[in-house]
Amino acid sequence: MGNRTVIPFGPQHPVLPEPIHLDLVLEDETVIEAVPQIGYIHRGLEKFVEKKDFKQYMFVAERICGICSFMHGLGYCISLENIMGIEVPARADFLRTMWTEFSRIHSHILWLGLLADSFGFESLFMHCWRLREQILDIFEETTGGRVIFSVCDIGGVRKDVSNETLKKIHDIMVSFEKELREITDVFEKDSSVKHRTVSVGVLSKGMAFDLGAAGPVARASGIEIDLRKTGYAAYDKLKFEPIIETAGDCYARTVVRIKELYQSIDLIKQCIELMPEGEVKVSYKGNPDGETYTRLEQPRGEVLYYAKANGSKFLDRYRVRTPTFANLAPLLEMLKGCSLADVPVIVLSIDPCISCTER
Amino acid sequence: MQQQTVKKIAPENLLSEVSTIKNNGYRFVAISCTKNGDDLAIVYSFDKDYDLLNLQLAAPGNSEVDSISCYFVPAFLYENEIKELFGIKVNNILLDYNDNFYKKAKSTPFNMKEDK
Repeated sequence: MGNRTVIPFGPQHPVLPEPIHLDLVLEDETVIEAVPQIGYIHRGLEKFVEKKDFKQYMFVAERICGICSFMHGLGYCISLENIMGIEVPARADFLRTMWTEFSRIHSHILWLGLLADSFGFESLFMHCWRLREQILDIFEETTGGRVIFSVCDIGGVRKDVSNETLKKIHDIMVSFEKELREITDVFEKDSSVKHRTVSVGVLSKGMAFDLGAAGPVARASGIEIDLRKTGYAAYDKLKFEPIIETAGDCYARTVVRIKELYQSIDLIKQCIELMPEGEVKVSYKGNPDGETYTRLEQPRGEVLYYAKANGSKFLDRYRVRTPTFANLAPLLEMLKGCSLADVPVIVLSIDPCISCTER
Repeated sequence: MQQQTVKKIAPENLLSEVSTIKNNGYRFVAISCTKNGDDLAIVYSFDKDYDLLNLQLAAPGNSEVDSISCYFVPAFLYENEIKELFGIKVNNILLDYNDNFYKKAKSTPFNMKEDK
């Protein structure tokens, strides 16, 4: 047995933008155990629901995360719509789905860039983020925002997108796909990328299930779960199948996200082609009364919302369980037995968002 | 479309219910906690084929509940969370952070006396 040492990893680390701390128990250069510590940015946003009325809280819900902001707003709106029995217009459902998929592209490209950065491939990192700008430009043109959009509302969406703009977006997606191929080819074929990701941080299918893994982490280990198949928003009208890989290593998690990028482009094209005409918002009266559970598929995986209302304008409880929280336990399993040098890549492979996690 | 089922259980039946759920092939999703009048309610959520099963357990003030981390390992994170934010005592957590999981300015911030 080699010498055992404990090395603190984070909350500040050159390749880790998220403030998570890990106590790494090492035997020579091999990680034996990892103990996580979060809580550096706990903002109490769930508690805030008792202070802001349910219409105002929509804007707070979006601020849970800067990447999945639209989806957090969507989850909140769907929760309230379920409680209040509000039926959203079909066009609003399609617009919501389109923005949701743009959020997924935005998130996955951002993550691919960070992954490249984590193993020192700086030019690849810059190309990923350069391409991401096109998506942010589309967000800005259609919603008015690049990070926080405030376009989703209870009963529909605040802004319509003209059919001319939708046609333009469809054309952009065609050229975007070509540019994306040049970048993802590097991730899938370059030997230096494979050297740092293949057989690194392996999570078996059984462990992924037992540890409650979510999203691309679960799907890269062979678990077929994608909450979009439940048919929320307009997903029940679109054709797609969950992306599954079986190796369970960092490379498989990368490949799942890459394939999901192309899947998202296809879903956006389907949304535009099937976009119905009509209103984008319905009005409603009264305050919510009741409780509901809502689950969506965010870029990082399954998110759970629990909303409990009492008939007043303030909710009793709004609980958010984010995918990174679900992927913390699987991360600890992935780190067991890995080399110290691989820790940043493995941590990044779950696409951690600690702001989401701590809320 | 997913189904949501809520099953109310007594604290003493928690482990036997969770054991049955584990044996029936459910996936652990989350543990949530909410106020229920002057008391608290803990909700254990599990998934099977996109259907969500929720075990709801009433937890009067100062009550203690058993950890389910012996059946579902990731539960230890959620149990530390409800312990610190709501002040619920959870027995036999696989990894107990002893109130050091979150960095908080106040103890049990989601269940302070002035809230009641």
